[in-house]
Amino acid sequence: MAVKVIIPTPLRPYVGKQQSVEFDARTVGEALGRLTTQYEELRKHLYTDDGRIRSFVNVYLNDEDIRYLQKENTQLKDGDTISIVPSIAGGAGR
Amino acid sequence: MATKTEPLAGTPAEAKLSKEEVLRYSRHLIMPEVGMEGQLKLKHAKVLLIGTGGLGTPLGLYLAAAGVGRLGLVDFDVVDYTNLQRQVIFATSDVGRPKLTAARERLAGLNPEIQIDTYETRLSSANALDILRPYDIVVDGTDNFPTRYLVNDACVLLGKPNVYGSIFRFEGQATVFGYPGGPCYRCLYPEPPPPGLVPSCAEGGVLGVLPGIVGAIQAMETIKLILGRGELLVGRLLLFDALALRFRELKLRKNPACPVCGDRRTLTKLIDYEQFCGIRGEEAPAPATQVPEITPRELKARLDRGEEIFILDVREPHEYQICNLRGHLIPLGELPRRAHELDSSREIVAHCRSGKRSAEAVEFLRKAGFRKIWNLKGGILAWADEVDASLPKY
Repeated sequence: MAVKVIIPTPLRPYVGKQQSVEFDARTVGEALGRLTTQYEELRKHLYTDDGRIRSFVNVYLNDEDIRYLQKENTQLKDGDTISIVPSIAGGAGR
Repeated sequence: MATKTEPLAGTPAEAKLSKEEVLRYSRHLIMPEVGMEGQLKLKHAKVLLIGTGGLGTPLGLYLAAAGVGRLGLVDFDVVDYTNLQRQVIFATSDVGRPKLTAARERLAGLNPEIQIDTYETRLSSANALDILRPYDIVVDGTDNFPTRYLVNDACVLLGKPNVYGSIFRFEGQATVFGYPGGPCYRCLYPEPPPPGLVPSCAEGGVLGVLPGIVGAIQAMETIKLILGRGELLVGRLLLFDALALRFRELKLRKNPACPVCGDRRTLTKLIDYEQFCGIRGEEAPAPATQVPEITPRELKARLDRGEEIFILDVREPHEYQICNLRGHLIPLGELPRRAHELDSSREIVAHCRSGKRSAEAVEFLRKAGFRKIWNLKGGILAWADEVDASLPKY
């Protein structure tokens, strides 16, 4: 399935500054696997050392959090959009 | 989830607007969605702004102008020149003054009808509940993870809505946490990033208009909460990409396993948030091993004696354009694959802005076999302070 992965601003430096990357994948986990294989630097930002998605990073399939779907086993359809949404803290700004 | 808004508190029956207030708020009064009833709700509302920075300053201006009757401000900083690019409440003449003094004057000048409370302190586990308690709504405009978690937990414990906004470079997030039945910040992000994985000062920065847009969205949601009008940004996370000028919306769910607002709560009082987030929760800690250093004065003296020292600048190209020591530029991230450009038989001094990134570079190069390499202590900022005052600082 051809899907688009939207990369958030803080992680764009690790994917050649692209806003989004397209992959063929059957599940969310497979798409993220392709992403972090192609962009090795990104892996430690998305996954813990034991391979779990970090708890300050949320992954959405279209507008739904995959924690409330089948997590990384969530099936994909053609044209789906995966969003990586990390926590950002900025506000006052120094 | 679209949440129908319920007004937060009633309005005393005897409340009235003065003749001056009627004129001041006439553009609210003539629209049925606000009207006299809504304006009186605004007059009796109590809103606390945490942080008087990029988000807090447009928020303060709009909420004061709208006639929110009691505004609390929490901050402990002084105004500096780098604030003026986005913190539109301050004037150039405010540089060096406490932010709260300057903000209070400006807001009182804008609307003398409202009460302004200032708390010149760092919000902490010890004072948060007392500071938050008198207010109906809390608006989070802070810049660090420990305070974000503290504000969230305090709002959940006190049952107050938390109007959230956050920014990074040209991307923003906004939502309303802590609304009855809705999710909280920990439902979305159970834990903060470990310190080392947060983008460092090299990748920071923010487009000045962005906090204005996100702060204005927070002000709008605050006013809707007060009026009990419209569909709130509850259960929805708004993402804004200013470069693409695109708004997206994601569903936010209340997490039944949330430690502070879930079914089986494990967190029933405030904790040590600095510890929870790691030190400051902002930047990578300095490298554990000490690398050899040279002070700007020593370097200057050696260069003046005509010694041949190779200057390596490990900042980003856009930083080099601001100011430089005519060094050879290899950004830290490119160093591993460009180290061959360096001659390990020469004496090398590496520098960045403040000395952190170049310490990493020196450590990396020493591991790669470089022996005659030093870190410029305090970076180009220290060079500007100690050697060349004509150099711009950033």
